[in-house]
Order: sequence, then structure tokens, then C-alpha cells
Amino acid sequence: MLKLLRQSPLSARIGMGIVMLNILVAVFAPLIAPHGETSVVGDVWESSSAKFYIGTDHLGRDLFTRMIYGGRNTIALAFITTAISFLLGSFLGFVSAVKGAWTDQLLSRAVDIIMAFPTLIFALMILSVLGSSIPTLIFTIAILDSTRVYRLSRAVAMDIEVMEFVEAARLRGEGLWWLIRHEILPNALPPLVAEFGLRFCFVFLFIASLSFLGLGLQPPLADWGGMVRENSGAITFGIFIPLIPAGAIAFLTVGVNLIVDWFLHLSSGLHE
Amino acid sequence: MNNLLEIKNLYIEAFYEEQWQPIVHNISLDLKRGEVLGLIGESGAGKSTIGLAAMGYARQGCRIASGSIKLDGKELFGASQEDLRMVRGSKISYVAQSAAASFNPAHRVIKQYAEAPVHHGLMNHAKAEKEAIELYRRLFLPSPEKIGYRYPHELSGGQLQRAMVAMAMSCKPDIIVFDEPTTALDVTTQIEVLAAVKEITEKMNKAALYITHDLAVVAQVAHRIMVLRNGRLVEMNETRELIKNPKEKYTRELLNVRSLRENKTIHEKMDVILDIKDVAATYTGVDNVVEDINLTVRKGRTVAVVGESGSGKSTVAKVITGLLPAIHGSIKFLGKELPRKLKDRQKDDLRKMQMIYQMPDTALNPRQTVRQVIGRPLEFYFGIRGKKAEDRIRELLVDIELDPDHYIGRLTTELSGGEKQRICIARALAAEPELIICDEVTSALDQLVAEGILDLLQDLQNKTDMAYLFITHDLATVKAIADKIVIMLQGKIVEQGEKKEILTPPHHEYTDKLLASVPEMDPDWLDNLLEKRASTFI
Repeated sequence: MLKLLRQSPLSARIGMGIVMLNILVAVFAPLIAPHGETSVVGDVWESSSAKFYIGTDHLGRDLFTRMIYGGRNTIALAFITTAISFLLGSFLGFVSAVKGAWTDQLLSRAVDIIMAFPTLIFALMILSVLGSSIPTLIFTIAILDSTRVYRLSRAVAMDIEVMEFVEAARLRGEGLWWLIRHEILPNALPPLVAEFGLRFCFVFLFIASLSFLGLGLQPPLADWGGMVRENSGAITFGIFIPLIPAGAIAFLTVGVNLIVDWFLHLSSGLHE
Repeated sequence: MNNLLEIKNLYIEAFYEEQWQPIVHNISLDLKRGEVLGLIGESGAGKSTIGLAAMGYARQGCRIASGSIKLDGKELFGASQEDLRMVRGSKISYVAQSAAASFNPAHRVIKQYAEAPVHHGLMNHAKAEKEAIELYRRLFLPSPEKIGYRYPHELSGGQLQRAMVAMAMSCKPDIIVFDEPTTALDVTTQIEVLAAVKEITEKMNKAALYITHDLAVVAQVAHRIMVLRNGRLVEMNETRELIKNPKEKYTRELLNVRSLRENKTIHEKMDVILDIKDVAATYTGVDNVVEDINLTVRKGRTVAVVGESGSGKSTVAKVITGLLPAIHGSIKFLGKELPRKLKDRQKDDLRKMQMIYQMPDTALNPRQTVRQVIGRPLEFYFGIRGKKAEDRIRELLVDIELDPDHYIGRLTTELSGGEKQRICIARALAAEPELIICDEVTSALDQLVAEGILDLLQDLQNKTDMAYLFITHDLATVKAIADKIVIMLQGKIVEQGEKKEILTPPHHEYTDKLLASVPEMDPDWLDNLLEKRASTFI
């Protein structure tokens, strides 16, 4: 593992640096942040000064502090959500590819039904019925996202499933779990990993849209997507504050994808 | 007469492991009008690379490093792309191995024929179509006036290959490069294509490079043969001379007709391993793909199921293994009636019946090491793990003649085709089976490698007394390995019996055609055969 890290290309190292920085900030948020997450400490949209490094937000809270706590909430939320959606989506996708017949029909049609609703409407529906708490938020987004993962992993697994080594394993009498875990998963990993990097970023944006509608992370908790929305009015006054959380999202997205690219190269055996 | 094509001191390099390395070393050849030069060798011998170089072309990642390629006095090495484009198609053209993959499925065959001459400004579309029909007639295509207006998928493999030869002829080139044009075809359709190739080279006075790995095939069409190995020339001579007295050891190995194995007799009393009665199966639920299948396999004996592609022989294997449940009939294995469906069968019955596949590339998981591949059946069927498993894997590797230290930790993708096939055999052996079903196990391999695999299977059978059900379209393999032959046509068994009975006349009509279609190592074989067939038609 260490050897692998040492051989990593520059792009991957930059990516790892970015992600590590974000994680460290997220973990040590209470130690780094100069003010309280929700305390109003100054005027609305103050410009940067010695007291407020990057100014204050639309309620007069320190933006730097909000960025730090926001990172903590956003990264944790996005990571857990994406992880759940991948576990769920790829497992079901593999099962329907291997089992085929009515299992496949049942799962695929159920997924079709979910996908037939616009995701935002569907999320709104669930969240307004169940109320917006962090666990419901995570599960709602994860389930909606997993439909896309399901379609991808089913398609990839179908391609692998027709290979003779899978047939050989079936003839040996191997069970479903072995087929998925040992024959299909290792070969399906590259496209899934690439998708992971992308989905991870979409989750931020989705949470941001939900926050805007008042169903995402509930104020006064900070999250980057929400902060873009909250402060979006500032743009009309020529204040660049909403660009800061937007920039942070872009920064992390690039970092994650640099690592994913490297991993993709390793696992697909591509050499350039 | 002047040489049409002259290649001198040709070196071609490929880029791998971070540097340019030579793959073709110092090859020189020349070709006169009306002459066919055969290039023969195993895969990786560089024969296709040389064929393409004759057109001034190198595949991606390859380059022509030095030497001279003169086509009709014009130097192609270092010529501009524009000049090369003018030459290709009009002076020299190329016929690829897989015609099915070389045609655009969305356009009619004759339109694709007309594309090149119209593009080169040689003739208009109407004239091109007229010439196409004439060529189709000369290449013995059925209903030549109409066949061109079909789409590629409406033609059979042999017809498509001949349409492709016609297409290569469309600009009236002087030289045609044939790159394994019959390798993907059945023996019976191979003859049609060979006859077409002969027609072109002899009657139309064209020169040709004929690339193949099958010496018996090239002997039918070539005047001279060049034997290649690892990008180097082994031997070059007149066809008859080369076959009569080959100078190099390698050529002799290629020439060696596969030795017939000593006949093992089949007694009525011998243990029956597999007994199939009146089996039928279907994919669609409407038409039966196979019907009335009756066959028995006895202990320590090999039964070969032979037929062209589409005859249902692989389906029979699927029915026996339970992947495609039979719709009626009975399958008795070791004296016990087997359930038709795979998932209803006992683990121990699965263990005793193993399978080896045609394409070793797809039969092994590319993410597993040799240790994992062979270790799994040990663990799964016998619960052998750890040190004991390691020892057993090593034993098995020795059995299949691979060095354990060298191979045990390798990923399956790091092996050659022949090595992969050996690993597949080891995986089957690990289960200690009573019956191995071999589905075209040698057809994806080079001749010498294939022979190695057949030898190995033979040795293993002598040691362990396993039975084989051998599915193949290659009659040479059958002659070499079978005790009993079952011949299939269109989903039914047309004839079966001991090898001796089947191979000695009188045969069933279809068996006769099949046997007669296997090329023999005799340059006159094709001519004689065509003559005979022509006379029987009249």
C-alpha cells in the first residue's frame, strides 16, 4: 500500500492533498474555527478584516467559521449518502444481473417507477411526509441516487455475467454471493469507481437544492451548498461571498476526481 | 518478368515496455504477377504485420523501422500519406480474417463494393455494380445478380468472405493480401473461399500474399511458402519442395500430421459414465434446437461430437450441464438420473462433471491469480485450504506441465493462450471429475500449441481414466483423439459409431462431405476435389 502511494502520479498526490486538507479541517473544526457555528458576531456581508478573515454572511455570522463547519457537515453527509447509494445500488444491480428472470424484472421495473418521478419532486414528497432530519435526508438521497447506480452496475454485470468464467463458477455450484463477490465485483469495479467520484459531487448539489427549498440541512446548521443559496443575493450587490462555498465544492470535487482517475488507471490496467 | 512487389531487409518495431523493440527482423521477399506467396506461422510470428507492411501500413504502436518496400517500382517506405492512399485499394488491397466484422451492416453489399472504385474515380456507380455482378459470378456466389443487393447479415460466413474478396478486387489491384480469410469458417465453406482465391490468382493473373497458420490450406493456393517464427524467416521454398523435404525442424513440426492415437476398443461391459436418451431442447419454446439426441460415454473413453457451426453441438453440452434444461428425455450420469436443471443437481454430481471452454481468455477471471483459480474447486468441493491446498495446486501445475514456482502467483491475464487453456484444464482436474466436456478447446489456439493441449489431455486420460466428451468442428482433432464419433447436422445426430466405422467408407452422405472437406497436405488436393465435385454435379 505504501509502495503504491509512493508510485502515485503528481495529479493523484494533489488530489490526496486536497481531500486530506478537507478531512482535517472537518475533523478539527471546533479547534480551528474562531467563532461559534451559529453565533451572530458582526454586520451583514461585512468585507474581510482581521476579525473576519473572509467577511460575514447574510445574517452577520463569520463566514470563515461557517465554511469550516459547513465542510464538516457537507463532506460527512455526501460521503455517507454516496456510500449507501453505492452499496444498495450495486448490490441490487448485481443480483438482478446474476439472477435474471423475474428478480430482474421486479427490481428493474421498481427502479423505473422511482426514476419516472423527477428526483427533486420525489425527494420533496418523502421529506415533507417524514420531516427533514439528517437520517431521513441521507436515506432519501441515497435511495434516489441508487437507482442510477443500479442501472450502471446491472449493465456492467450483465456484460461480465455472459463470460465463461462466470458460467464455470455456476457449473461448479457456487452460490449467488460468491458469484457477486468474487467473479463480478472485481471486474465491475473500474466503471463503478469512476461513477462514485461523479455521484459524490452531485450529492452536494442536490442537498443544496433541497436546502434552498427549506428541506435540506436545517438552519442554522451550515453546509456549503446551502451557503451558496443563502448568500446568492449578495451577487447582485457585487459581493463575491457566495463564490467562496461554491469554490470549496469545486475544489473538493476536483480533488476527489483526481484520486478516482488514478484509481481507475490502476484497476483497469490502463497504462499510458 | 519484373517483380510486382519487392520487400528488402524489412525491420518493423513495436512500442512496448517503454521502448521500440523489433518484431519483424530482416525479411525480404518478392512477388511476380500471377504468383501466390504463402506466409505461414503461429500467432505472433509477424505474418499479418508483414502483410500490412506490403501496403506501406503499420498498425498503431508499430512502425516500419528500415528496409525497402517497392510496389511496381515505387518505394512505399517513407512515402507520403497521400501517395499511400492512392496506392491502397487501387494497386494493392487487403482481405481481412473476419468479413462479418469488415462490412458495414447498415449498407447493402454491392454499395460497399462500389465505394472504392467510385471514390478513386475509376468508374461510375452503375458500371461498378455491373462489374460486381460479373465478379460475384466468377467467385461462384449463388444468384450473382441479386446477392449484392442483400445486407451483410443476410449472407452466410462463406458468402460474405467471397463478397469481401470481390470487394478487394473492385479497383482491379495487382496484388491482394489475404489475411487468414478462411480461419473463421467451417471446413465445408472453407473450400468455397479457397476455390474463389484460386480463380482470382490463376485466371485473372493477379499476385497475392496468402497469410494463414494452416499449412494444409496454404499448400492448396500458394506457389511458394515462407515459414515465419517470431518475426524471423525460418524457411522459404517452392510449395511442393517445402512439403516434400522441409529443411528446418520447425517446418517439419508444422508438417507433422497429427498422430492417430492407438485405438482403444469399446466394450459393451465397460462402465457407462453418461447415458443420454431422446433429449430435446429449445431456446425459444417453439422450435427445438436439438432433437432425438442419444449418446453414451464410457469410462476412460473419448466421444467426439462433430458438426458445423449451428449444428447444435454446443447446445448438447449446455443440456448435459443443465444450463439449458432439456424439455424431454433423460440424462443418466454414473447410473443415476440427473435432474434437468442445474440448480436441482447435487454438489457431488457437479464436481464429477467438469467443463473446458473454447476461449481460454474469457474462461478465466482476469482479476484472479492462478492460485485462486485452481484453489477454489479444492476449497469448494473438498474443503482443502492453506498449506495443503498450496501443495495440491503445485501438484496440479506439475500435472499440466507448468512450472509451479513460475506460475502460481501470476494473474491469468499474464499468461499466453496455451497456458491459459492448461490452467482451465487444471481447474477441471482439481475437482477430480469422471467426465470432462471439452467445447472446441483447441480451435482458438495455434496448431503446435493445440497439439500440446491434445497430448496433455491424452496423458491425463491414460493416468486417471477420465471420460471426455469432445465437441469440435475440426476433423483433424477428431481423428487424433476420439474413440467414438457422433456427427451432428441441424440439431440432429446423423451418424455415430466407433472411429474406425465412421472413418472407413461407406459413410453417411453428410459425413462424406465433411471428411472430404478437410484439407490434406497435398498441393493437388483442392484441384482434385473441385474436379470431382464438378463432375458429380454434371
